[in-house]
Amino acid sequence: MNLHEPDARVLAVPAPPATPAVPAVEILSTEKTYPDGTRALQPVDLVIEEGEFVTLLGPSGCGKSTLLKMIAGLLEPSDGRLLLWRRPVAELHSCTHKVAFVFQSPTLMPWASVQSNVRLPLDLAGVPRRQANARVGEALELVGLHKFSGALPRALSGGMQMRVSIARGLVTQPDLLLMDEPFGALDEITRHKLDTELLALWAQKKLTVVFVTHSIHEAVFLSTRVVMMAARPGRVVDEVRIAEPYPRTPDFMVTPQFSRYAKQLQDSLLRASAPRYDDSHDDSHHEAQP
Amino acid sequence: MSTKALPLMRQPRVQRIAYPALVAIVLIAAWQGLVTGMDLPPYLVPSPFLMVKTLVTDWRALGSALLVTLEITVLAFVVATVAGVLISFLFVQSKQIETALFPYAVLLQVTPIVAVAPLIIIWVKNPTWAMVVCASLVALFPIISNTTLGLRSIEPDLQSYFKLNRATRWQQLVRLRIPSALPYFFGGLRISSGLALIGAVVAEFVAGTGGSGAGLAYQILQAGFQLNIPRMFAALLLISLTGVVLFAAMAWLTRRVLGPWHASETSHD
Repeated sequence: MNLHEPDARVLAVPAPPATPAVPAVEILSTEKTYPDGTRALQPVDLVIEEGEFVTLLGPSGCGKSTLLKMIAGLLEPSDGRLLLWRRPVAELHSCTHKVAFVFQSPTLMPWASVQSNVRLPLDLAGVPRRQANARVGEALELVGLHKFSGALPRALSGGMQMRVSIARGLVTQPDLLLMDEPFGALDEITRHKLDTELLALWAQKKLTVVFVTHSIHEAVFLSTRVVMMAARPGRVVDEVRIAEPYPRTPDFMVTPQFSRYAKQLQDSLLRASAPRYDDSHDDSHHEAQP
Repeated sequence: MSTKALPLMRQPRVQRIAYPALVAIVLIAAWQGLVTGMDLPPYLVPSPFLMVKTLVTDWRALGSALLVTLEITVLAFVVATVAGVLISFLFVQSKQIETALFPYAVLLQVTPIVAVAPLIIIWVKNPTWAMVVCASLVALFPIISNTTLGLRSIEPDLQSYFKLNRATRWQQLVRLRIPSALPYFFGGLRISSGLALIGAVVAEFVAGTGGSGAGLAYQILQAGFQLNIPRMFAALLLISLTGVVLFAAMAWLTRRVLGPWHASETSHD
């Protein structure tokens, strides 16, 4: 599983830059075993460069959310190291690099208006009210909800609540946006719409996104790179670079390339889920590139 | 909603008042009819008319007794609320504290106040405050248990969000725990307001204080000794009405504070 360290060096050799780019996320044989012995995630190695849109794709129980929560610092890895911009997660937050997290459910405060909800991270950081309100206005404008700033969350539809949640994620102007199946509970039409909007925001804000989903189509549509994971035990089984240009429109989903990527991911998941005869092939990693 | 289009008696708001009122009219009419028809003597069952008449004629005694009972009830309610909230905050500081102390809160709840009241009346010199202590002991538990539950009932993801944003303990308390606990707290208030009144009446019965500090329970006792049953009924009516008013006040306060956001307040409409 030491594919990525050399990878980074290989990239550095042909064009030696004056300042080598610091990767946004470095996951170095990070694993998670719960105190009761449940192995949620076998050691994972993954390097995410700035500006990438990486999707962790897999069925439930594959440890994708666990991995994301470890990146965020919500869960402690039981072994291995996890660095954000070469620093341990706990030592981050020195204002230079900001991380935002969007949950599967909108997780809004039901008693607070849309505006107060979006302002929450700024309030917690002690940003002055006027400055904060201006930024909240911008964030709501980005997700198209500026007309609803005074509304209570319960007055909004599920998709709109999710947009509020995304606005709350964007309001801190994060460098790294972590999203845990953010559109999983929405209907397909709304999900496609929000996926497209998210890509636009990603391009506009030059974000680094780590996105968790169980939908192969969503993963292929969104990502620069898809990390395929499998369950029992949770592990990474494949990595596929989606070498297709942006901006991607829903038309992309009906192209032959799209189907090829989807098929490839589907196959590697099937291969990984099939009964294994030899445990040593456990983490055989095909850097499958079309 | 198209309530405006509905005929008057079909509107939910009218129904909510009209239906119980209808029941009251039927009951009172039946009561009056039975008393008059069977010629029941007023020392057994007074008629509603006589009860109201007594209320007016004896208002001097009953009105001042109402004030005394009301004072004890309100004081006890305030004491129970403040103490209950403080104890809840203590409980949620750590699971150990709650584990260590919660059985005693239960003990407080299950011990009949009638059994403890004489002791309290001996220990606390001022009779009013003795009764306030008794009544607040009765009203305390729902506040503790509801507020503690509320302070713990935080959406886990929302709590994670606060943690991710490095919220301090204080920020979590003010911005997350307290707002999350409010619906539970108000539920506790509604129960406790009634219990404070019951506690006050029980304490008065046990204390048996007469003279200037005589409350409604004392009026009932006295009227019982004198076989002045209409007066007994009038005092009873006042106690019930006080309870209803207290409950309505709490319901109103809940609506005012929680406003439109909480499901329990909006789902009926």
